[in-house]
Order: sequence, then C-alpha cells, then structure tokens
Amino acid sequence: MKLTRRDAMAMGLGATLVAMLPVRLNAAADDAIMAYTGGAEAGEGDITLTAPEIAENGNTVPIGVAAPGAVEIMVLALANPNPEVANFKFGPAAGAQAAKTRIRLAGTQEVVAIAKMPDGSFIKAAQTVKVTIGGCGG
Amino acid sequence: MAKGVKPRVKVPKTAAAGDVITIKTLISHKMESGNRKDKDGNKIPRSIINRFTCDFNGTSVIDMTMYPAISTNPYVEFQAKVDASGDFKFTWYDDDGDIYEATKSISVS
Repeated sequence: MKLTRRDAMAMGLGATLVAMLPVRLNAAADDAIMAYTGGAEAGEGDITLTAPEIAENGNTVPIGVAAPGAVEIMVLALANPNPEVANFKFGPAAGAQAAKTRIRLAGTQEVVAIAKMPDGSFIKAAQTVKVTIGGCGG
Repeated sequence: MAKGVKPRVKVPKTAAAGDVITIKTLISHKMESGNRKDKDGNKIPRSIINRFTCDFNGTSVIDMTMYPAISTNPYVEFQAKVDASGDFKFTWYDDDGDIYEATKSISVS
C-alpha cells in the first residue's frame, strides 16, 4: 500500500484519539478514588492484588486482595461504567486482612486496590487485566 | 424479585483455639448491574446485593460493600480468627430491602 500524506494525517489523528481515550475514561475513576481517599496520595506498601493477566470472560474475573494490618480495602476497575467494585472492611475477628471474590470487567483495563491503614494513610496496588469478552453489557 | 436466592457457606466444623480459618460463601443472585438493556433498548433496573457482613459471636469479621461490578452469584472468601466456640452469622442485604441470613457453628478445642 502506498502511504500518502493524507493517509499519514488520518493515522496520526487516529493515534491521538486512542491516546486521549484513557484520559476521558479515567475521569470517573479518579473521582471515585478521590472520594475514597479524600485527596490523600496513595503510596506504595504491603498490599497485594491478585488478578489473572488474561481473563477470557469479563463476567467473572477472580481477584484477591491482601494488605496486612489494613482497616479497609477498596477495589476499583478504572474503565468500568461504575469504577467501584467492592469495599472490604475488616473487623476485630478477621484472621487476615485478605479476601477473594469474583468481579465483572467491561474490557481490558487496570484494576486497583487501595488499602486504608489504621493511621489514616493509603497504600495501593494495581494490575492490568486483559479481557477477551466484556462483562458489563451495554 | 428475589427468587431462588440461596446462601451457601463453608466453614470448618472444628478448629483449635487461635486458629485462622478460611470461610467461603456463595449466594445465588443474578446481580443485575443496571447497565444492561433488554431487547427493546430499555435499561434493566439495577438489582444487586449491596452489602455482605459476617460476625463471629457478635464481633465483626468482615463488612463488605458490593457494587454492580460484583459477578452474578457473589462469591466471597476470607479469613477469621477463632478463639472460642461459637456461631458465624452471615447476612446479605438486597437492593429491594430483603435480607438473607445464614448461621454456622464451629466448635473450638
């Protein structure tokens, strides 16, 4: 195929659109994170998020979170129509600050877990999950 | 609305004092997210379980808030520390106000 100047322009425009897309999608997710942390910066720490690298079916994606000593763990899927997935509050009888569940993912995206520590600080972990079939309808 | 909702819970029958045990729960529920549309393009209204709690002898083990991104038939696995014999009480709260409950006893030696 011969590449004309017009083609090159169109391709450049397409690439820009693709690059801008995640920014637009993440706005709702950023709001959800802000609402949870109250604007505090989430640092690195002892938190693990277990999720498959590739999920064939976005309707049931098994995930696990663990953050020793945490009070709460919030799980967010950044590109879902509603970014919030689940919030685990651990009580005094909890054996470990860990839980596993199954979630829906609308498409390939980053899953984020944010843990609230007893001193009020936040730590987070993230993992990208590739989804072959989305699970949120539409 | 809530037809055929059946909680299933797996708790070990016995444990030693101070043990950390794993609890698995599953409840059959369609967890309609509110994002899907029917054949005519109308939105199917949201109908999910929005909260799940587990208490051991009145002390909270876990209190989970669920959003529409939780899969159909919500499955939750977590851990509890048992110091004495007692009952685990599991409660699920439906959007339509229904509450589903299950209780499991454990004997701790």
